[in-house]
Amino acid sequence: MQDVAIRAEGLVKRYDSVLAVDGISFTVPRGAIVALLGGNGAGKTTTIGMVLGLLLPTAGAITVLGEDMLKHRYRVLPRMNFSSPYVELPKRLSVYENLAIYARLYGVRNWQNRIRGLADELQMTDILDRPYGQLSSGQKTRVAIAKSLVNEPDLLLLDEPTASLDPDTADWVRGYLRGYQEQRRATILMASHNMVEVERMCQQVMIMKRGRVVAEGAPAELIARYGRDTLEDVFLDIARDRRNALKDAAQ
Amino acid sequence: MTGSAGRIYAMVLRHVYLYRGSWPRLAELTYWPLMQMLTWGLLSQFLLTNSSLVAQAFGVFIAAVLLWDVLFRGNVGVAVSFLEEMWARNLGQLFASPLRPWEWAVALVTVALLRVVVGVVPAAVLCIPLYHYSIFDMGLPLLGFFANLMAFGAAAGVAVSAIVLRYGMGAENLAWVAIFAVAPLTGVYYPVATLPGWIQPFAWALPSTYVFEGMRDVLLNNVFRTDFFVYAVLLNVVYSAAAVMVFLHIFRIARVRGLLLQMGE
Repeated sequence: MQDVAIRAEGLVKRYDSVLAVDGISFTVPRGAIVALLGGNGAGKTTTIGMVLGLLLPTAGAITVLGEDMLKHRYRVLPRMNFSSPYVELPKRLSVYENLAIYARLYGVRNWQNRIRGLADELQMTDILDRPYGQLSSGQKTRVAIAKSLVNEPDLLLLDEPTASLDPDTADWVRGYLRGYQEQRRATILMASHNMVEVERMCQQVMIMKRGRVVAEGAPAELIARYGRDTLEDVFLDIARDRRNALKDAAQ
Repeated sequence: MTGSAGRIYAMVLRHVYLYRGSWPRLAELTYWPLMQMLTWGLLSQFLLTNSSLVAQAFGVFIAAVLLWDVLFRGNVGVAVSFLEEMWARNLGQLFASPLRPWEWAVALVTVALLRVVVGVVPAAVLCIPLYHYSIFDMGLPLLGFFANLMAFGAAAGVAVSAIVLRYGMGAENLAWVAIFAVAPLTGVYYPVATLPGWIQPFAWALPSTYVFEGMRDVLLNNVFRTDFFVYAVLLNVVYSAAAVMVFLHIFRIARVRGLLLQMGE
């Protein structure tokens, strides 16, 4: 049990007539970086929302770091954090003020040192006193990552962590997150559309389509199973229902 | 249910930072109470020379204006602080953290209290040199009136925030206008007896009505109605409990419907 960071069983999320997540079950091993892939509306963000407890599942169970998220969410939230392009930080507050508030919310001790340390590591010392709303999208992404690491989480949920970043910055962010994961032996569950990013960072991939996990495995394993050269080809095969590819995979 | 003063303080600090860095917001806090006080104060001074009744009741108008602002600002203080998170698309971040909804509600009420103090106290103090009238002469009863109006305003603000959370930014205007539904009923500037008989039971169902009636008794008859004070406190307990229950219920609906991840400008 201790080696599993996230365990989802029969997870269903229905919004009125729309079935967003259709009975998925999966485990995320502790200390792994796992990707959730899928087209728009596949159910990735909904799944992450349920893992965080921001969304209540219609049915099913989620255990995070050994705690039942539906019953004991507040026991485990101090050990988690997340970043998503769908949420922001108060724009009129400075970067430092925003980070200070979240450090206090997470009960971080010596939070001033933690913020200075993160600012150094993420190369954002020069923007600490600037209002968040005046930053470029690349700078905002760095701040979002700093916020998501402010409590040194054991479990990090990232929704499209390098969206809107230039390739150089995106590459740097990937390296930084990888370093954090290795150093802390943290677990990362990330939703991404960037296949290169996933191949480079993740030990395990879950591909979702219409609310279901339709393929699962290590990137190299999936590529081999589908007889393709890249994960992107595998993704496109699944997204476009390429019959041959699926038949080959089944064989 | 465990809580953390540190998390409540963090959420108060979030708004203190906001006001510290925004002079228009700070100016807006004091602007309306000052304008109200000046308008009603000057009108009362004019009437003072023409009517013995108004001469007797000079302080009543000023006190009513200032206490109405406590109620109004208490309500708006909670609702607008809530809206700030919606405008910032920050709800998802907040509730992915260990912040409990009730801790957030306590922080919102604390911020509203600070807003009321910053907004209304300068206007009340300015009355002294301008009109030689001090609302503070009411003494301890003033504290009771203030606490009851603040509590009722905050409860209304929490309920309005819940409605905005449920129905989204389309319901944003409720934050500003909802409390005005109370104004004609609660006898801010006139006794409840002035209202048509069939409306009066509704008026007496509001804690603020006992405050404004009690205020007139203190100023005109020099009597503090303990019974009015007790009714106001009891009604506030009921309204506050109802508001918190509505808020927690709607917060759960928000988690069912995914509203915490979708809200924004």
